[in-house]
Amino acid sequence: MHATGAIQDIPGKFDPAQVRDQFPALRREVYGKPLVYLDNAASSQKPQAVIDRLIRYYSSEHSNVHRGVHFLSREATDAYEAARKRAADFLHAPSESAVLYTRGATEGINLVASSFGPLHVGQGDVVLVSHMEHHSNIVPWQMLCEAQGARVRAIPVSDTGEIIYEEFERLLGERVRLLAIGHVSNALGTINPLQSMIRQAHELGIPVVVDGAQAAPHMKIDVQALDCDFYALSSHKMFGPTGVGILYAKPEHLKAMGPWQGGGDMIETVTFEQTTYNEPPHKFEAGTPNIADVLAFAEAIDFLEGIGQDRIAAYERDLLDYATERLLQIEGVRLVGTATEKASVLSFLIGDIHPYDAGTILDRLGIAVRTGHHCAQPLMRRFGIPGTVRASFALYNTFDEADALAAGVRRVREMLG
Amino acid sequence: MAAQGTIRERARDIVEEFGLFDDWMGKYEYLIEIGQGLPPLDPLYKTEAYRIHGCQAQVWVRPEMKNGLVFYEGDSDALITKGLVALLIRVLSGQPPQDVVETSLEFLDEIGMQDHLSATRRNGLASMVRQLKRFAQVHSNKT
Ligand SMILES: Cc1ncc(COP(=O)(O)O)c(C=O)c1O
Repeated sequence: MHATGAIQDIPGKFDPAQVRDQFPALRREVYGKPLVYLDNAASSQKPQAVIDRLIRYYSSEHSNVHRGVHFLSREATDAYEAARKRAADFLHAPSESAVLYTRGATEGINLVASSFGPLHVGQGDVVLVSHMEHHSNIVPWQMLCEAQGARVRAIPVSDTGEIIYEEFERLLGERVRLLAIGHVSNALGTINPLQSMIRQAHELGIPVVVDGAQAAPHMKIDVQALDCDFYALSSHKMFGPTGVGILYAKPEHLKAMGPWQGGGDMIETVTFEQTTYNEPPHKFEAGTPNIADVLAFAEAIDFLEGIGQDRIAAYERDLLDYATERLLQIEGVRLVGTATEKASVLSFLIGDIHPYDAGTILDRLGIAVRTGHHCAQPLMRRFGIPGTVRASFALYNTFDEADALAAGVRRVREMLG
Repeated sequence: MAAQGTIRERARDIVEEFGLFDDWMGKYEYLIEIGQGLPPLDPLYKTEAYRIHGCQAQVWVRPEMKNGLVFYEGDSDALITKGLVALLIRVLSGQPPQDVVETSLEFLDEIGMQDHLSATRRNGLASMVRQLKRFAQVHSNKT
């Protein structure tokens, strides 16, 4: 057994023991065994502060935002807009009006594809993605391209699961009007070299949409340093509630973009002849929003920043290295995705064992992993595999849990190998 | 290959066999063994036409009517799924179509495999049962 105590001894280092008991779900047992939750890339568990915020809001603060003159409505509106400020600071966005609330990363990307896409992408143009994208950063672009007579092309990925950079540079010159790229791959854990990719794209006047769903829980994000045009993320992957997310957009784009959905809140004046629209961000937020989850999301941001993303990243790097080493000691284990820069994802195969079989046995052992194609079918096809077993870590996972995973994988081999 | 007995009788035998194992490991190992014993489906039939669409494991099943009874062959690329396919075939193959249509397959419950049948468990098994029954349904109307 590997004690996490050793880490605590070094000042400043993060120890998951400091936060684990804030997560009630981590105390659960499944099949009479302690839950080892390693499916964080799909969604993370929630700290008590987030849960409490939802309860508090619905118990005593609920009212619609941006509408009422009365006390509760003003209070809810203030909290709702204060949360936007929290989110803007979290991303180091230049202003709150550059931060739109969405339903999640998927909706953010779809919003960009619908409202910004047609302004930039026309007949014969190319939207460039990478071969390792999640389906939600492929399909919206295909839909856009279909409507515009354009096409999606993919930057190839090496055997280690990294973007083949020369190919990226070459493809950039081929009528690319938009680059849509993941910050961190959910299937492989690869951290893409966004800084230089964005710089090169901008040199050619190509705007860049970043799918940040898998980066936000693991590292500090600075949209101004990245200089990306859009950055989309999901609250539920970063300890916040489901059903809410953030889309950062450069203010000049938000000005140029037409509204997305029509309805209340997004308008200035409405007549049957003509409607004028509200200013961003409200122009893109039609209807009663997900107030409760937005407020609880702000708690999740507080939680993350309270620990400090740099400490989290350092701890998770150690944990990933340790888990990688433990898995590779097992005969027949093959990692899929061995990039130099990785975040918190271990995708692997155990000999010829079908990932579904492995996942089923691991589940019975109390270990929650994901198996399958991870919504990245083109990538699985690229590696010539039907899918992988994916263990994905969050800040609350321990070295002991990495040991449990390794023991579980050994058991799978005994039963199925 | 055609087993004897009604659906209920064959299911009872299976429940009895699984009853010999008192932990999930034993049960799963036995299920895997049963799967490994299932005659492989001729690759000729591992086509889209016989494919059952679940999300993860690939499952194929080929139904056939002979002498007024339904017969099934099947396969999967995952062993646990294949074991479950083998169980279903063992119970349902060679039965009158009307019986297949009406069966509730609660034996899967009794052997602790019921959650594999839930539609949310993306192994194609729930759609496989639907498919088996649909075929039987078509032919039960004819007889
Ligand atoms: C890389 C990546 N992008 C986008 C998404 C979509 O996120 P959501 O389903 O929360 O909209 C996910 C979620 O799995 C993801 O991993």
